Amino acid sequence: MSETGGVPEIVPEFVLPPPTGAYRRLNPTTKLLIALAEALIAFGVRGWSGPVVVLAIVLASGARAGVGARLVPFLLATIPLVASILLVNTFLYPGATDRIFVLGPLAPTWTGLVFAGQATLRVIAFAMSAAVLGLTTGPDELVADLERRGMGRRTAFVLSATVRSVPRVLERVREITEAQRARGLDTEGRIWRRVRGLVPLAGPLLFGALTDVEEQTMALEARGFSAPARRAVIRTFPDSTPQRALRLLLAAGTPLVLLVSVIGMLGFLP
Amino acid sequence: MSLSLRSVTYRYAGSSRRVLRSLDLNIERGEVLGVVGANDAGKSTLCLVAAGLAPTTIGGRLDGEVAIDGAPSAGARPHELAQRCGVLFQNPVTQLSGTTATVWEEIAFGPRNLGLALEAIVERVAWALSLLDIDVLAPRDPARLSGGQAQLVALASVLALRPAYLVLDEPTSQLDPQGTQLAGEAFARLTRSGEVGILLVEHKTDLLERLANRVAVLAEGELVAVGPAAGVLADERLEAWGVDPPARVRLARAAERAGVQLPVSAA
Repeated sequence: MSETGGVPEIVPEFVLPPPTGAYRRLNPTTKLLIALAEALIAFGVRGWSGPVVVLAIVLASGARAGVGARLVPFLLATIPLVASILLVNTFLYPGATDRIFVLGPLAPTWTGLVFAGQATLRVIAFAMSAAVLGLTTGPDELVADLERRGMGRRTAFVLSATVRSVPRVLERVREITEAQRARGLDTEGRIWRRVRGLVPLAGPLLFGALTDVEEQTMALEARGFSAPARRAVIRTFPDSTPQRALRLLLAAGTPLVLLVSVIGMLGFLP
Repeated sequence: MSLSLRSVTYRYAGSSRRVLRSLDLNIERGEVLGVVGANDAGKSTLCLVAAGLAPTTIGGRLDGEVAIDGAPSAGARPHELAQRCGVLFQNPVTQLSGTTATVWEEIAFGPRNLGLALEAIVERVAWALSLLDIDVLAPRDPARLSGGQAQLVALASVLALRPAYLVLDEPTSQLDPQGTQLAGEAFARLTRSGEVGILLVEHKTDLLERLANRVAVLAEGELVAVGPAAGVLADERLEAWGVDPPARVRLARAAERAGVQLPVSAA
Protein backbone atom coordinates (compact mmCIF):
# COMPACT_ATOMS: atom_id res chain seq x y z
CA MET A 1 0.00 0.00 0.00
CA SER A 2 1.35 3.38 -1.00
CA GLU A 3 1.78 6.14 1.57
CA THR A 4 0.11 8.60 -0.77
CA GLY A 5 -2.35 6.35 -2.64
CA GLY A 6 -3.28 6.81 -6.27
CA VAL A 7 -3.80 4.75 -9.36
CA PRO A 8 -1.32 2.59 -11.25
CA GLU A 9 0.50 4.53 -13.95
CA ILE A 10 -1.41 2.86 -16.76
CA VAL A 11 -4.78 4.06 -15.39
CA PRO A 12 -5.80 7.62 -16.34
CA GLU A 13 -5.18 10.13 -13.55
CA PHE A 14 -8.78 11.37 -13.52
CA VAL A 15 -9.89 8.04 -12.05
CA LEU A 16 -8.62 9.22 -8.67
CA PRO A 17 -8.47 13.00 -8.32
CA PRO A 18 -5.85 13.97 -5.74
CA PRO A 19 -7.49 14.66 -2.35
CA THR A 20 -7.06 18.13 -0.93
CA GLY A 21 -6.89 19.17 2.71
CA ALA A 22 -5.28 17.43 5.65
CA TYR A 23 -8.32 15.48 6.87
CA ARG A 24 -9.45 14.55 3.36
CA ARG A 25 -6.10 12.92 2.68
CA LEU A 26 -6.72 10.32 5.38
CA ASN A 27 -7.48 6.82 4.17
CA PRO A 28 -11.28 6.30 3.68
CA THR A 29 -11.31 3.35 6.09
CA THR A 30 -9.52 5.43 8.71
CA LYS A 31 -12.20 8.11 8.36
CA LEU A 32 -14.94 5.48 8.59
CA LEU A 33 -13.47 4.07 11.78
CA ILE A 34 -13.09 7.56 13.26
CA ALA A 35 -16.78 8.27 12.50
CA LEU A 36 -17.88 4.94 13.99
CA ALA A 37 -15.81 5.49 17.13
CA GLU A 38 -17.20 9.02 17.49
CA ALA A 39 -20.78 7.77 17.18
CA LEU A 40 -20.27 4.94 19.67
CA ILE A 41 -18.56 7.15 22.24
CA ALA A 42 -21.10 9.96 21.82
CA PHE A 43 -23.93 7.58 22.61
CA GLY A 44 -22.13 5.11 24.84
CA VAL A 45 -20.31 7.25 27.39
CA ARG A 46 -22.62 8.51 30.12
CA GLY A 47 -22.92 12.14 31.13
CA TRP A 48 -21.74 15.24 29.30
CA SER A 49 -18.16 14.20 28.67
CA GLY A 50 -18.71 11.74 25.81
CA PRO A 51 -20.84 13.92 23.51
CA VAL A 52 -18.92 17.13 24.36
CA VAL A 53 -15.51 15.62 23.62
CA VAL A 54 -16.78 13.96 20.43
CA LEU A 55 -18.46 17.15 19.23
CA ALA A 56 -15.26 19.11 19.82
CA ILE A 57 -13.23 16.55 17.86
CA VAL A 58 -15.79 16.43 15.04
CA LEU A 59 -15.95 20.21 14.70
CA ALA A 60 -12.16 20.45 14.73
CA SER A 61 -11.98 17.73 12.05
CA GLY A 62 -14.57 19.53 9.96
CA ALA A 63 -12.70 22.81 10.23
CA ARG A 64 -9.41 21.10 9.36
CA ALA A 65 -11.08 19.52 6.32
CA GLY A 66 -12.48 22.89 5.25
CA VAL A 67 -16.12 21.78 5.45
CA GLY A 68 -17.15 23.80 8.51
CA ALA A 69 -19.74 25.92 6.71
CA ARG A 70 -21.16 22.88 4.89
CA LEU A 71 -22.00 21.29 8.24
CA VAL A 72 -24.73 23.87 8.86
CA PRO A 73 -27.45 22.17 6.73
CA PHE A 74 -26.79 18.90 8.56
CA LEU A 75 -27.10 20.74 11.87
CA LEU A 76 -30.38 22.29 10.75
CA ALA A 77 -31.65 18.86 9.70
CA THR A 78 -31.44 17.70 13.32
CA ILE A 79 -33.80 20.45 14.53
CA PRO A 80 -37.07 18.43 14.40
CA LEU A 81 -35.51 15.54 16.30
CA VAL A 82 -33.72 17.81 18.76
CA ALA A 83 -36.89 19.82 19.38
CA SER A 84 -38.89 16.70 20.14
CA ILE A 85 -36.15 15.38 22.44
CA LEU A 86 -36.04 18.67 24.35
CA LEU A 87 -39.82 18.97 24.67
CA VAL A 88 -40.58 15.38 25.58
CA ASN A 89 -37.78 14.99 28.12
CA THR A 90 -37.99 18.43 29.71
CA PHE A 91 -41.74 18.27 30.24
CA LEU A 92 -42.46 14.55 30.50
CA TYR A 93 -39.38 12.99 32.09
CA PRO A 94 -40.75 10.03 34.09
CA GLY A 95 -40.32 10.22 37.86
CA ALA A 96 -38.61 13.62 37.96
CA THR A 97 -39.82 15.97 40.71
CA ASP A 98 -37.30 18.85 40.63
CA ARG A 99 -39.57 21.27 38.83
CA ILE A 100 -38.15 24.41 37.25
CA PHE A 101 -41.54 26.14 37.27
CA VAL A 102 -45.21 25.28 37.06
CA LEU A 103 -47.48 26.88 34.50
CA GLY A 104 -50.86 25.22 34.41
CA PRO A 105 -50.35 21.66 33.25
CA LEU A 106 -46.74 22.38 32.23
CA ALA A 107 -44.05 21.39 34.74
CA PRO A 108 -40.55 21.13 33.22
CA THR A 109 -37.94 19.47 35.41
CA TRP A 110 -34.20 19.98 35.85
CA THR A 111 -33.61 16.24 35.52
CA GLY A 112 -35.49 16.16 32.23
CA LEU A 113 -33.66 19.23 30.96
CA VAL A 114 -30.23 17.78 31.73
CA PHE A 115 -31.15 14.48 30.09
CA ALA A 116 -32.55 16.29 27.06
CA GLY A 117 -29.40 18.44 26.82
CA GLN A 118 -27.15 15.40 26.84
CA ALA A 119 -29.32 13.54 24.32
CA THR A 120 -29.33 16.60 22.07
CA LEU A 121 -25.55 16.80 22.16
CA ARG A 122 -25.32 13.10 21.32
CA VAL A 123 -27.60 13.49 18.30
CA ILE A 124 -25.74 16.56 17.07
CA ALA A 125 -22.34 14.92 17.58
CA PHE A 126 -23.49 11.86 15.65
CA ALA A 127 -24.99 13.93 12.83
CA MET A 128 -21.87 16.09 12.53
CA SER A 129 -19.64 13.02 12.59
CA ALA A 130 -21.60 11.39 9.76
CA ALA A 131 -21.60 14.68 7.87
CA VAL A 132 -17.83 15.11 8.12
CA LEU A 133 -17.37 11.56 6.83
CA GLY A 134 -19.83 12.13 3.98
CA LEU A 135 -18.36 15.49 3.01
CA THR A 136 -14.76 14.31 3.00
CA THR A 137 -15.16 10.79 1.60
CA GLY A 138 -16.89 9.77 -1.62
CA PRO A 139 -18.91 6.53 -1.31
CA ASP A 140 -16.94 5.12 -4.24
CA GLU A 141 -13.68 5.81 -2.44
CA LEU A 142 -14.86 4.13 0.73
CA VAL A 143 -16.27 1.09 -1.04
CA ALA A 144 -13.20 0.72 -3.26
CA ASP A 145 -10.92 0.79 -0.22
CA LEU A 146 -13.09 -1.67 1.73
CA GLU A 147 -13.21 -3.98 -1.28
CA ARG A 148 -9.44 -3.84 -1.59
CA ARG A 149 -9.30 -4.88 2.07
CA GLY A 150 -11.34 -7.98 1.29
CA MET A 151 -14.97 -6.94 1.64
CA GLY A 152 -17.16 -9.17 -0.60
CA ARG A 153 -18.05 -7.93 -4.07
CA ARG A 154 -21.78 -8.19 -3.41
CA THR A 155 -21.58 -6.30 -0.12
CA ALA A 156 -19.50 -3.61 -1.78
CA PHE A 157 -21.99 -3.37 -4.61
CA VAL A 158 -25.02 -3.11 -2.33
CA LEU A 159 -23.36 -0.38 -0.25
CA SER A 160 -22.22 1.64 -3.21
CA ALA A 161 -25.37 1.20 -5.29
CA THR A 162 -27.55 2.18 -2.32
CA VAL A 163 -25.71 5.43 -1.75
CA ARG A 164 -25.54 6.32 -5.43
CA SER A 165 -29.19 5.43 -6.07
CA VAL A 166 -30.47 8.24 -3.84
CA PRO A 167 -30.19 11.01 -6.49
CA ARG A 168 -31.85 8.71 -9.05
CA VAL A 169 -34.78 8.02 -6.74
CA LEU A 170 -35.17 11.74 -6.04
CA GLU A 171 -35.11 12.43 -9.77
CA ARG A 172 -37.82 9.83 -10.32
CA VAL A 173 -39.94 11.35 -7.54
CA ARG A 174 -39.65 14.71 -9.30
CA GLU A 175 -40.61 13.20 -12.67
CA ILE A 176 -43.63 11.38 -11.25
CA THR A 177 -44.72 14.49 -9.33
CA GLU A 178 -44.55 16.60 -12.46
CA ALA A 179 -46.42 13.94 -14.45
CA GLN A 180 -49.15 13.78 -11.80
CA ARG A 181 -49.38 17.58 -11.66
CA ALA A 182 -49.71 17.67 -15.45
CA ARG A 183 -52.71 15.38 -15.01
CA GLY A 184 -54.31 17.76 -12.54
CA LEU A 185 -53.19 16.36 -9.19
CA ASP A 186 -52.83 19.07 -6.53
CA THR A 187 -49.55 18.53 -4.68
CA GLU A 188 -49.23 22.02 -3.23
CA GLY A 189 -51.10 24.10 -0.73
CA ARG A 190 -52.18 22.88 2.69
CA ILE A 191 -50.34 20.08 4.40
CA TRP A 192 -53.17 17.55 4.12
CA ARG A 193 -53.32 18.16 0.39
CA ARG A 194 -49.61 17.50 0.11
CA VAL A 195 -49.95 14.31 2.13
CA ARG A 196 -52.85 13.20 -0.07
CA GLY A 197 -50.68 13.97 -3.10
CA LEU A 198 -48.08 11.46 -1.90
CA VAL A 199 -50.41 8.51 -2.41
CA PRO A 200 -50.35 8.52 -6.24
CA LEU A 201 -46.56 8.87 -6.05
CA ALA A 202 -46.05 5.65 -4.15
CA GLY A 203 -47.32 3.19 -6.78
CA PRO A 204 -45.27 4.39 -9.77
CA LEU A 205 -42.22 4.88 -7.56
CA LEU A 206 -42.42 1.37 -6.08
CA PHE A 207 -43.21 -0.45 -9.32
CA GLY A 208 -40.62 1.60 -11.21
CA ALA A 209 -38.00 0.72 -8.62
CA LEU A 210 -38.89 -2.99 -8.82
CA THR A 211 -38.63 -2.95 -12.62
CA ASP A 212 -35.30 -1.18 -12.38
CA VAL A 213 -34.01 -3.79 -9.95
CA GLU A 214 -34.99 -6.64 -12.27
CA GLU A 215 -33.38 -4.98 -15.28
CA GLN A 216 -30.28 -4.07 -13.33
CA THR A 217 -29.94 -7.65 -12.07
CA MET A 218 -30.00 -8.91 -15.64
CA ALA A 219 -27.54 -6.22 -16.73
CA LEU A 220 -25.16 -7.13 -13.91
CA GLU A 221 -25.26 -10.79 -14.84
CA ALA A 222 -24.65 -9.85 -18.46
CA ARG A 223 -21.54 -7.99 -17.31
CA GLY A 224 -20.08 -10.94 -15.46
CA PHE A 225 -20.91 -9.76 -11.96
CA SER A 226 -21.28 -13.29 -10.60
CA ALA A 227 -17.91 -14.44 -11.95
CA PRO A 228 -15.84 -15.88 -9.10
CA ALA A 229 -12.62 -14.19 -10.26
CA ARG A 230 -10.82 -11.67 -8.04
CA ARG A 231 -11.20 -8.14 -9.38
CA ALA A 232 -8.16 -6.07 -10.24
CA VAL A 233 -7.59 -3.13 -7.92
CA ILE A 234 -7.82 0.17 -9.75
CA ARG A 235 -7.77 2.67 -6.91
CA THR A 236 -5.55 2.69 -3.88
CA PHE A 237 -5.81 5.30 -1.18
CA PRO A 238 -3.28 6.96 1.05
CA ASP A 239 -2.28 5.00 4.08
CA SER A 240 0.59 5.07 6.52
CA THR A 241 1.95 3.40 9.64
CA PRO A 242 0.50 6.09 11.94
CA GLN A 243 -2.92 5.61 10.32
CA ARG A 244 -2.73 1.86 10.76
CA ALA A 245 -1.81 2.43 14.40
CA LEU A 246 -4.73 4.84 14.78
CA ARG A 247 -7.16 2.30 13.30
CA LEU A 248 -5.88 -0.35 15.66
CA LEU A 249 -6.24 2.04 18.57
CA LEU A 250 -9.80 2.93 17.55
CA ALA A 251 -10.80 -0.70 17.01
CA ALA A 252 -9.44 -1.80 20.37
CA GLY A 253 -9.88 1.41 22.37
CA THR A 254 -13.50 2.22 21.57
CA PRO A 255 -15.00 -0.99 23.00
CA LEU A 256 -12.71 -0.56 26.00
CA VAL A 257 -13.94 2.99 26.64
CA LEU A 258 -17.55 1.81 26.33
CA LEU A 259 -16.94 -1.07 28.71
CA VAL A 260 -15.26 1.19 31.27
CA SER A 261 -18.17 3.61 31.00
CA VAL A 262 -20.80 0.90 31.38
CA ILE A 263 -19.22 -0.55 34.55
CA GLY A 264 -19.08 2.94 36.04
CA MET A 265 -15.34 3.52 36.06
CA LEU A 266 -15.80 6.90 34.35
CA GLY A 267 -18.07 8.13 37.11
CA PHE A 268 -15.60 10.87 38.02
CA LEU A 269 -16.29 12.58 34.67
CA PRO A 270 -19.09 15.16 34.47
CA MET B 1 -19.41 -20.55 -35.68
CA SER B 2 -22.84 -19.08 -34.95
CA LEU B 3 -25.42 -18.14 -32.37
CA SER B 4 -28.33 -20.37 -33.14
CA LEU B 5 -31.90 -20.74 -31.93
CA ARG B 6 -33.61 -24.00 -32.81
CA SER B 7 -37.39 -24.41 -32.41
CA VAL B 8 -37.36 -21.93 -29.55
CA THR B 9 -40.58 -21.35 -27.64
CA TYR B 10 -40.56 -19.26 -24.46
CA ARG B 11 -43.05 -18.45 -21.71
CA TYR B 12 -42.38 -16.02 -18.85
CA ALA B 13 -42.60 -17.40 -15.33
CA GLY B 14 -46.19 -17.52 -14.14
CA SER B 15 -47.62 -17.06 -17.62
CA SER B 16 -49.02 -19.62 -20.03
CA ARG B 17 -48.69 -17.27 -23.01
CA ARG B 18 -45.99 -18.25 -25.49
CA VAL B 19 -44.12 -14.99 -26.12
CA LEU B 20 -41.84 -16.66 -28.67
CA ARG B 21 -43.12 -19.51 -30.85
CA SER B 22 -41.00 -22.09 -32.63
CA LEU B 23 -38.27 -19.68 -33.67
CA ASP B 24 -35.37 -20.79 -35.84
CA LEU B 25 -32.62 -18.22 -36.24
CA ASN B 26 -28.93 -18.29 -36.96
CA ILE B 27 -26.45 -15.42 -36.54
CA GLU B 28 -23.03 -15.99 -38.08
CA ARG B 29 -19.90 -14.20 -36.95
CA GLY B 30 -19.25 -11.27 -39.23
CA GLU B 31 -22.96 -10.77 -39.82
CA VAL B 32 -25.57 -8.26 -38.64
CA LEU B 33 -29.03 -9.79 -38.35
CA GLY B 34 -31.63 -7.05 -37.98
CA VAL B 35 -34.87 -7.84 -36.14
CA VAL B 36 -37.97 -5.72 -36.62
CA GLY B 37 -41.55 -6.01 -35.47
CA ALA B 38 -44.44 -4.12 -33.91
CA ASN B 39 -44.54 -3.36 -30.19
CA ASP B 40 -45.13 -6.48 -28.10
CA ALA B 41 -44.00 -8.73 -30.95
CA GLY B 42 -41.46 -10.41 -28.65
CA LYS B 43 -38.30 -8.61 -29.78
CA SER B 44 -36.96 -7.83 -26.28
CA THR B 45 -37.80 -11.36 -25.15
CA LEU B 46 -35.88 -12.69 -28.14
CA CYS B 47 -32.88 -10.67 -26.94
CA LEU B 48 -33.11 -12.18 -23.44
CA VAL B 49 -33.41 -15.70 -24.82
CA ALA B 50 -30.62 -15.30 -27.38
CA ALA B 51 -28.29 -13.90 -24.71
CA GLY B 52 -29.09 -16.79 -22.38
CA LEU B 53 -30.59 -14.57 -19.66
CA ALA B 54 -33.97 -16.23 -20.14
CA PRO B 55 -34.56 -18.57 -18.49
CA THR B 56 -31.17 -18.72 -16.67
CA THR B 57 -31.56 -15.43 -14.80
CA ILE B 58 -35.22 -14.48 -15.05
CA GLY B 59 -36.84 -17.91 -15.05
CA GLY B 60 -39.66 -18.95 -17.33
CA ARG B 61 -39.84 -21.99 -19.57
CA LEU B 62 -37.76 -22.46 -22.69
CA ASP B 63 -38.42 -25.21 -25.19
CA GLY B 64 -35.98 -25.77 -28.03
CA GLU B 65 -32.29 -24.94 -27.91
CA VAL B 66 -30.08 -21.87 -27.89
CA ALA B 67 -26.44 -22.58 -28.68
CA ILE B 68 -23.39 -20.36 -28.99
CA ASP B 69 -20.75 -21.75 -31.30
CA GLY B 70 -22.28 -25.17 -30.83
CA ALA B 71 -22.34 -25.06 -27.02
CA PRO B 72 -25.85 -25.00 -25.51
CA SER B 73 -26.59 -21.93 -23.35
CA ALA B 74 -28.77 -23.98 -21.01
CA GLY B 75 -26.87 -24.73 -17.84
CA ALA B 76 -24.08 -22.24 -18.58
CA ARG B 77 -23.34 -19.77 -15.81
CA PRO B 78 -24.26 -16.14 -16.47
CA HIS B 79 -20.65 -14.94 -16.30
CA GLU B 80 -19.63 -17.60 -18.82
CA LEU B 81 -22.39 -16.46 -21.15
CA ALA B 82 -21.32 -12.84 -20.69
CA GLN B 83 -18.00 -13.59 -22.34
CA ARG B 84 -19.66 -15.36 -25.27
CA CYS B 85 -22.67 -13.15 -25.87
CA GLY B 86 -23.03 -9.53 -24.75
CA VAL B 87 -26.43 -7.93 -24.40
CA LEU B 88 -27.54 -4.31 -24.37
CA PHE B 89 -30.99 -3.40 -23.08
CA GLN B 90 -33.28 -0.56 -24.10
CA ASN B 91 -32.85 1.48 -20.94
CA PRO B 92 -29.22 2.53 -20.56
CA VAL B 93 -29.73 3.84 -17.03
CA THR B 94 -30.41 0.41 -15.60
CA GLN B 95 -27.61 -1.05 -17.72
CA LEU B 96 -25.02 1.04 -15.89
CA SER B 97 -23.78 -0.35 -12.59
CA GLY B 98 -24.54 2.79 -10.59
CA THR B 99 -21.44 2.23 -8.49
CA THR B 100 -18.67 4.03 -10.34
CA ALA B 101 -17.45 7.60 -10.24
CA THR B 102 -16.25 7.87 -13.83
CA VAL B 103 -17.24 6.54 -17.24
CA TRP B 104 -13.79 4.97 -17.47
CA GLU B 105 -14.45 2.88 -14.37
CA GLU B 106 -17.96 2.06 -15.57
CA ILE B 107 -16.60 0.54 -18.78
CA ALA B 108 -13.92 -1.26 -16.75
CA PHE B 109 -16.63 -2.78 -14.49
CA GLY B 110 -17.32 -5.81 -16.74
CA PRO B 111 -13.69 -6.68 -17.55
CA ARG B 112 -12.84 -6.36 -13.85
CA ASN B 113 -15.65 -8.78 -12.99
CA LEU B 114 -14.09 -11.29 -15.35
CA GLY B 115 -10.85 -11.13 -13.37
CA LEU B 116 -8.73 -9.68 -16.16
CA ALA B 117 -5.33 -8.18 -15.39
CA LEU B 118 -5.20 -4.41 -15.09
CA GLU B 119 -3.24 -4.05 -18.33
CA ALA B 120 -5.94 -5.94 -20.25
CA ILE B 121 -8.68 -3.88 -18.59
CA VAL B 122 -6.99 -0.61 -19.53
CA GLU B 123 -6.53 -1.79 -23.11
CA ARG B 124 -10.18 -2.88 -23.44
CA VAL B 125 -11.56 0.35 -21.99
CA ALA B 126 -9.41 2.42 -24.35
CA TRP B 127 -10.52 0.27 -27.30
CA ALA B 128 -14.23 0.55 -26.45
CA LEU B 129 -14.03 4.31 -25.88
CA SER B 130 -12.19 4.79 -29.12
CA LEU B 131 -14.51 2.54 -31.14
CA LEU B 132 -17.50 4.72 -30.23
CA ASP B 133 -15.49 7.94 -30.29
CA ILE B 134 -16.45 8.80 -26.72
CA ASP B 135 -12.99 9.24 -25.19
CA VAL B 136 -14.08 12.70 -24.08
CA LEU B 137 -16.68 11.15 -21.76
CA ALA B 138 -14.12 9.02 -19.89
CA PRO B 139 -13.70 11.35 -16.86
CA ARG B 140 -17.42 12.12 -16.55
CA ASP B 141 -19.74 10.87 -13.81
CA PRO B 142 -22.00 8.19 -15.39
CA ALA B 143 -24.93 9.47 -13.32
CA ARG B 144 -24.75 12.86 -15.03
CA LEU B 145 -24.84 11.79 -18.67
CA SER B 146 -27.60 12.57 -21.15
CA GLY B 147 -29.74 9.65 -22.37
CA GLY B 148 -27.78 9.37 -25.61
CA GLN B 149 -24.42 9.55 -23.86
CA ALA B 150 -25.54 6.93 -21.35
CA GLN B 151 -26.60 4.67 -24.21
CA LEU B 152 -23.16 4.96 -25.83
CA VAL B 153 -21.45 4.28 -22.49
CA ALA B 154 -23.68 1.25 -21.90
CA LEU B 155 -22.78 0.01 -25.37
CA ALA B 156 -19.07 0.57 -24.72
CA SER B 157 -19.44 -1.35 -21.45
CA VAL B 158 -20.79 -4.35 -23.33
CA LEU B 159 -18.17 -4.09 -26.08
CA ALA B 160 -15.41 -4.10 -23.45
CA LEU B 161 -16.40 -7.66 -22.57
CA ARG B 162 -15.32 -8.60 -26.14
CA PRO B 163 -18.05 -11.19 -26.66
CA ALA B 164 -18.23 -13.13 -29.91
CA TYR B 165 -21.88 -12.16 -30.31
CA LEU B 166 -23.74 -9.00 -29.47
CA VAL B 167 -27.46 -8.84 -28.81
CA LEU B 168 -28.55 -5.22 -29.01
CA ASP B 169 -32.09 -4.18 -28.09
CA GLU B 170 -32.75 -0.82 -29.75
CA PRO B 171 -29.23 0.47 -29.07
CA THR B 172 -29.85 3.76 -30.83
CA SER B 173 -33.28 4.61 -29.39
CA GLN B 174 -31.96 7.64 -27.47
CA LEU B 175 -29.28 8.69 -29.95
CA ASP B 176 -29.43 11.68 -32.25
CA PRO B 177 -28.69 11.13 -35.96
CA GLN B 178 -24.97 11.70 -35.41
CA GLY B 179 -24.85 9.24 -32.51
CA THR B 180 -26.86 6.72 -34.52
CA GLN B 181 -24.40 7.00 -37.39
CA LEU B 182 -21.48 6.62 -34.98
CA ALA B 183 -22.99 3.50 -33.43
CA GLY B 184 -23.76 2.10 -36.88
CA GLU B 185 -20.17 2.62 -37.99
CA ALA B 186 -18.95 0.87 -34.84
CA PHE B 187 -21.20 -2.14 -35.53
CA ALA B 188 -19.99 -2.28 -39.13
CA ARG B 189 -16.34 -2.20 -38.01
CA LEU B 190 -16.96 -4.95 -35.49
CA THR B 191 -18.57 -7.30 -37.97
CA ARG B 192 -16.10 -6.49 -40.73
CA SER B 193 -13.40 -8.23 -38.71
CA GLY B 194 -15.43 -11.42 -39.01
CA GLU B 195 -15.04 -12.12 -35.29
CA VAL B 196 -18.34 -10.70 -34.06
CA GLY B 197 -21.92 -11.45 -34.98
CA ILE B 198 -24.69 -8.99 -34.08
CA LEU B 199 -28.39 -9.47 -33.48
CA LEU B 200 -29.75 -5.96 -33.77
CA VAL B 201 -33.32 -5.13 -32.77
CA GLU B 202 -34.17 -1.76 -34.31
CA HIS B 203 -37.14 0.35 -35.30
CA LYS B 204 -34.89 2.50 -37.47
CA THR B 205 -35.16 0.56 -40.71
CA ASP B 206 -32.95 3.12 -42.49
CA LEU B 207 -30.12 2.06 -40.21
CA LEU B 208 -30.85 -1.61 -40.82
CA GLU B 209 -30.92 -1.07 -44.56
CA ARG B 210 -27.37 0.30 -44.39
CA LEU B 211 -26.05 -2.13 -41.82
CA ALA B 212 -27.84 -5.47 -41.74
CA ASN B 213 -26.92 -8.41 -43.92
CA ARG B 214 -30.26 -10.07 -43.19
CA VAL B 215 -33.48 -8.94 -41.53
CA ALA B 216 -36.01 -10.99 -39.60
CA VAL B 217 -39.58 -9.84 -38.94
CA LEU B 218 -41.23 -10.88 -35.71
CA ALA B 219 -45.02 -10.76 -35.30
CA GLU B 220 -46.80 -12.04 -32.19
CA GLY B 221 -43.80 -14.14 -31.27
CA GLU B 222 -43.40 -15.80 -34.65
CA LEU B 223 -40.92 -15.23 -37.41
CA VAL B 224 -42.94 -14.17 -40.43
CA ALA B 225 -40.04 -13.28 -42.71
CA VAL B 226 -36.27 -13.75 -42.76
CA GLY B 227 -33.96 -12.94 -45.63
CA PRO B 228 -31.52 -10.48 -47.19
CA ALA B 229 -32.09 -6.97 -45.77
CA ALA B 230 -32.95 -5.31 -49.08
CA GLY B 231 -35.62 -7.87 -49.88
CA VAL B 232 -37.31 -8.01 -46.48
CA LEU B 233 -37.31 -4.24 -45.99
CA ALA B 234 -38.97 -3.78 -49.38
CA ASP B 235 -41.63 -6.44 -48.64
CA GLU B 236 -45.15 -5.13 -49.31
CA ARG B 237 -46.41 -6.68 -46.07
CA LEU B 238 -43.95 -4.82 -43.82
CA GLU B 239 -46.40 -2.09 -42.80
CA ALA B 240 -49.08 -4.65 -42.06
CA TRP B 241 -46.61 -6.24 -39.64
CA GLY B 242 -46.30 -2.89 -37.87
CA VAL B 243 -42.94 -1.85 -39.32
CA ASP B 244 -42.15 1.35 -41.19
CA PRO B 245 -40.20 0.63 -44.39
CA PRO B 246 -36.98 2.61 -44.95
CA ALA B 247 -37.32 6.12 -46.40
CA ARG B 248 -35.89 4.94 -49.71
CA VAL B 249 -38.63 2.33 -50.08
CA ARG B 250 -41.39 4.75 -49.05
CA LEU B 251 -40.09 7.35 -51.50
CA ALA B 252 -39.97 4.84 -54.33
CA ARG B 253 -43.54 3.74 -53.63
CA ALA B 254 -44.81 7.31 -53.42
CA ALA B 255 -43.10 8.13 -56.70
CA GLU B 256 -44.57 5.05 -58.32
CA ARG B 257 -48.07 5.98 -57.14
CA ALA B 258 -47.59 9.50 -58.50
CA GLY B 259 -46.21 8.20 -61.76
CA VAL B 260 -42.88 9.95 -61.22
CA GLN B 261 -39.74 8.35 -62.57
CA LEU B 262 -36.99 8.52 -59.93
CA PRO B 263 -33.30 8.66 -60.83
CA VAL B 264 -31.64 5.25 -60.46
CA SER B 265 -29.56 6.42 -57.47
CA ALA B 266 -32.71 7.37 -55.50
CA ALA B 267 -34.64 4.26 -56.40
